[in-house]
Amino acid sequence: METPKTTEFAHIGKSVIIKGELSGSEDLYVDGQVEGSIELSGNRLIIGPHGQVRANVNAKGVIVQGKLDGNIRASERAELTKSAIAVGDIITQRVAIEEGAYFKGKVDIQKDMTKTDGAKPAPAAAASAVASSAAAGSAATVAMKINPSDGK
Amino acid sequence: MRFFGSTDSTAQGSAAAQGAKLTRRSSSLAQLIKSLDSEETLCILDLGSTSPANIRYCTERGHKIYSDDLLISSTDPSLAIKDEAGKPALDSKRFLEENLVYPGAQFDIVLCWNLADYLDESLVKPVIGRLWSLLKPGGMLLAFFHTQEAGPDAPCYRYHIVGGDTLEMQHIARGDGKKGSPASKFRLQRVFNNRNIENLFRDFASIKFFLARDNVREVLVVR
Repeated sequence: METPKTTEFAHIGKSVIIKGELSGSEDLYVDGQVEGSIELSGNRLIIGPHGQVRANVNAKGVIVQGKLDGNIRASERAELTKSAIAVGDIITQRVAIEEGAYFKGKVDIQKDMTKTDGAKPAPAAAASAVASSAAAGSAATVAMKINPSDGK
Repeated sequence: MRFFGSTDSTAQGSAAAQGAKLTRRSSSLAQLIKSLDSEETLCILDLGSTSPANIRYCTERGHKIYSDDLLISSTDPSLAIKDEAGKPALDSKRFLEENLVYPGAQFDIVLCWNLADYLDESLVKPVIGRLWSLLKPGGMLLAFFHTQEAGPDAPCYRYHIVGGDTLEMQHIARGDGKKGSPASKFRLQRVFNNRNIENLFRDFASIKFFLARDNVREVLVVR
């Protein structure tokens, strides 16, 4: 998956902090902080170089350039670039890890993930998500559904 | 077990310069690869620095691989304590609470590489004990140990599997694995002789030694 122009993506900027459940049906670029869960079945997620995500993520494709603490479930491809620091398990069809990336966790290649696509990611992060306490900032322009978790 | 003093000696090999890659043949790897080429899906734990090559090699063969860089984890300053004699040590109990936290008998193969040679003394036995419990009965552990000729400045390498019996070695330093921390050399902490190695793995069912030309002793142990 080539790194696309970020203008093609919904954008969460560097100064934005989101706590809760984040889901949507378009590609998303996160360069801020997200804590909770990210659900983008059928779409792509890029965690930018300044991005700090503590969440399980579920998307078609995931590129990590910043920090991710959580599991990745990518139905097509997961990629860790050289600046990535990722702690968590990766379940995907294809994985690419650049020289220099830090990764701690499991890589599980599943040949046919379309059958299981849409399966909910592990519940750990969703359960630990807390109600939003930060300004949405530029995220207000994003056609995304952001549900502050009530901890249920 | 022989401990090195604090005096510096001539650094080994200019080829060990940061980032340089060397290749070496590995007889123990060749034996281990026979298992990796099996049809069965294996669960593999790689304790070296994150290696895209190892992840690719294992996942291409349908295996699951876990990457866990214990040497970098052991540099966490908050682990520092004093032992009963008042000497600096690392808190092995806390280290094992935060690392190698997996269900028992989960792994078919553990790639230990040269971890034991560079890990702090207080962590070596507890870590090997934990690895025993994480291996399935019949599971294999691959480890490399320097011989006495290596010297205290023997460069610390990360190992990339590039073929059935071939490893690519890349010099690593502290700070390579986690951003923001300064790079400094990992020092060889001690040299294990054969008896030390046998004692270290005494709970395992069998141990096989492979001598190599580069002052390294390869060991394949079976739980």
